[in-house]
Amino acid sequence: MASVTYDHATRLYPGSETPAVDSLNLEIADGEFLVLVGPSGCGKSTSLRMLAGLEDVNSGRILIGDRDVTDVQPKDRDIAMVFQNYALYPHMTVADNMGFALKIAGTPKAEIRQRVEEAAKILDLTQYLDRKPKALSGGQRQRVAMGRAIVRQPQVFLMDEPLSNLDAKLRVQTRTQIASLQRRLGVTTVYVTHDQTEALTMGDRIAVLKDGLLQQVGTPREMYDTPANVFVAGFIGSPAMNIGSFKVADGKANLGETHIPLSRTTLDALTEDDKGEITLGFRPESLDVTSEGTEGAFPVNVNLVEELGSDAFVYGQLASAEAAEHITSGAGESQIIVRVDPRNTPMKGDRVWVKIREGEQHHFSPATGNRLPN
Amino acid sequence: MPAALQITAAAPDPALLDLPWHIPLAEWPEDILAALPRGISRHVVRFVRMSGRVIAIKEIGESVAHREYGLLRSLQRLDVPAVEPVGVITGRTSRDGEPLDSVLITKHLRFSLPYRALFSRYLAPDMVTRLIDALAVLLVRLHLTGFYWGDVSLSNTLFRRDAGAFSAYLVDAETGDLHPELTRGQREYDLEIARVNIIGELMDLEAGGLLQDVEDTVEIGGMLVQRYTELWKELTEAEEFSADERWRVSARIQRLNQLGFDVGELQMTTDVDGTTVQIQPKVVDAGHHHRRLMRLTGLDVQENQARRLLNDMDTYRVATDRLGEDEEIVAHDWLTEVFEPTIASIPPNLRRKLEPAEAFHEILEHRWYLAEKAGHDIPTSEAVAAYVNNVLPNRPDEEAILELDTATLRAISGDLDDDEE
Repeated sequence: MASVTYDHATRLYPGSETPAVDSLNLEIADGEFLVLVGPSGCGKSTSLRMLAGLEDVNSGRILIGDRDVTDVQPKDRDIAMVFQNYALYPHMTVADNMGFALKIAGTPKAEIRQRVEEAAKILDLTQYLDRKPKALSGGQRQRVAMGRAIVRQPQVFLMDEPLSNLDAKLRVQTRTQIASLQRRLGVTTVYVTHDQTEALTMGDRIAVLKDGLLQQVGTPREMYDTPANVFVAGFIGSPAMNIGSFKVADGKANLGETHIPLSRTTLDALTEDDKGEITLGFRPESLDVTSEGTEGAFPVNVNLVEELGSDAFVYGQLASAEAAEHITSGAGESQIIVRVDPRNTPMKGDRVWVKIREGEQHHFSPATGNRLPN
Repeated sequence: MPAALQITAAAPDPALLDLPWHIPLAEWPEDILAALPRGISRHVVRFVRMSGRVIAIKEIGESVAHREYGLLRSLQRLDVPAVEPVGVITGRTSRDGEPLDSVLITKHLRFSLPYRALFSRYLAPDMVTRLIDALAVLLVRLHLTGFYWGDVSLSNTLFRRDAGAFSAYLVDAETGDLHPELTRGQREYDLEIARVNIIGELMDLEAGGLLQDVEDTVEIGGMLVQRYTELWKELTEAEEFSADERWRVSARIQRLNQLGFDVGELQMTTDVDGTTVQIQPKVVDAGHHHRRLMRLTGLDVQENQARRLLNDMDTYRVATDRLGEDEEIVAHDWLTEVFEPTIASIPPNLRRKLEPAEAFHEILEHRWYLAEKAGHDIPTSEAVAAYVNNVLPNRPDEEAILELDTATLRAISGDLDDDEE
């Protein structure tokens, strides 16, 4: 087992002027489950394939443990791409299906059996070892396929959207299985997904990429509570954060009838380049429904109420049409999302007054997109 | 029929609409299936007769279906041997409104043989070597076009007879990716996957008592790596020699032609004082003999078959003393006087046994065998009669062997087919 280090690792495709992965610096600790996440084309799969040895590293280096593997061929890197191939052979026993790669590598029989038995124990397959795969259920077969990677005892597991071909139900099940299995094995794992929910639920830490650049890396909690920039703020969380551009005047952020007080520290962090504006983010659950006239409260016209049992969300629009344009959320342009008490939901067409709970707004510089202190 | 059914196809066949898309593929009535497919696969696959041909239908997720369809179309444009995509159907729902998986439809490749069929029925010496050779050529051709396969295996390949050897076709592009150019890492990893998969598949045949003539499965896997590496080197490596050895340029081109490749572009550089020359093939196209035969006769056959037919044509040219004549004219006469009469003398009921070009190859082989036994030349007409009477009737029909690959069970599968073997 080992750590993984990306040291200014860059991948520039031939004929392209902007790197697909631009000087990536990332340290993944021994035994850690790290998720690379971002929209399509962000460089997450390329980053993983650079670690696998499938993409050239044009500058910088990649280390597995203390070993520089930048120019080492994929099969000599001691990594396993999980789910790359999940064919099971019908005439071979489950044990042989799990151990055949070791047999190819010339591992002694007794050692193969021992490693297979260990893996089977972890995977709950011990009693099936001498049966044929045909006798297994779908889920058990899937575990045999995982077992094949486990018996190789690689330094690092790599997984590139392994769940994308599964239907929604199986996806959630397998997600949990992979995460718990990884924790039991303690093998360093790098996992790629475009799905931020998958990232939040599976990773010890998450690295968000966009346009080949690492935006932020941290625990799911850190990413959620203190997004480093507007992109991460909008990307992490479901439903997504509301983000608005406000004018700064009288120590407040102003948008139409909305006036939100800003701290001295925040105000001081703004620069000329921000041109007297500030970007404010607030999650749907950071809004309280209140009454007209409360300081900092602003009116929202309700377009839709989504009831989820334990939660309810209002999808609406700032009452002032002019101001509404300056707000976006996961629901789209001019849309604002508010979490409300599921036992006391407004009706479509109502107008509700909401207020950002104190200290729960996020401030960003309009010029750089970076987070400003509270 | 639900209104939301969407068909994406380059040339949609209206007969597609008559198929029961509202039924899960696994439950399709047997009377519309071309044969009862065997085996367990990650996806449900069925063969269906439609408009006088056979199509293969695979149930998969919508995005994956479109992706694979696009990849297969690209491979077709790049002229790489692969199954031909027909279309994608999405928006399927059952009668009671339950959504069903999308399907990818491909044409069944006529006269193609899954490797399991080759092992379980038609054991011939050296079979494994020939399959491995064919797969190495396919993999090199795919890699030259920038295609990373991701799951190279015997089960994801179909084989067609090719004058005693085989040519290989890609059947499953699900894990593939098309790049402008592959890195060395991508090629070597693909090759490593191939090696491990092939050994696994052979070990499986071994465990099932189906493998003969093979002592060491691991060695066979290594053979693929060796063949691939040799071919790749010959096709792409730079070669340096002194300026007075210029014959080596045409020698290289000839070697490539012999391997069945044409050189589309050769880069030649000399050093400053002009004493050494470096050459490197930049663009190579497979199908050298195929194209030549096609140009001369219009026959569309496999590479080795083409080579065989061209050899026979050359023999004909010498035998009829027409070396000075235009190649095109001689080719035309060979076609009407030799090839077509030979094929026409195969009775219609035996024509499903083998492709015409392969039958012609076997007749030539048979003529040689008869001549050796008799100690003198045998006229072709006599050889044809002997072959049609004594050899061909004992061969199985190969136009459509509609077995699914049964070599692999897929780990992830919703419902299981238990009709394996």
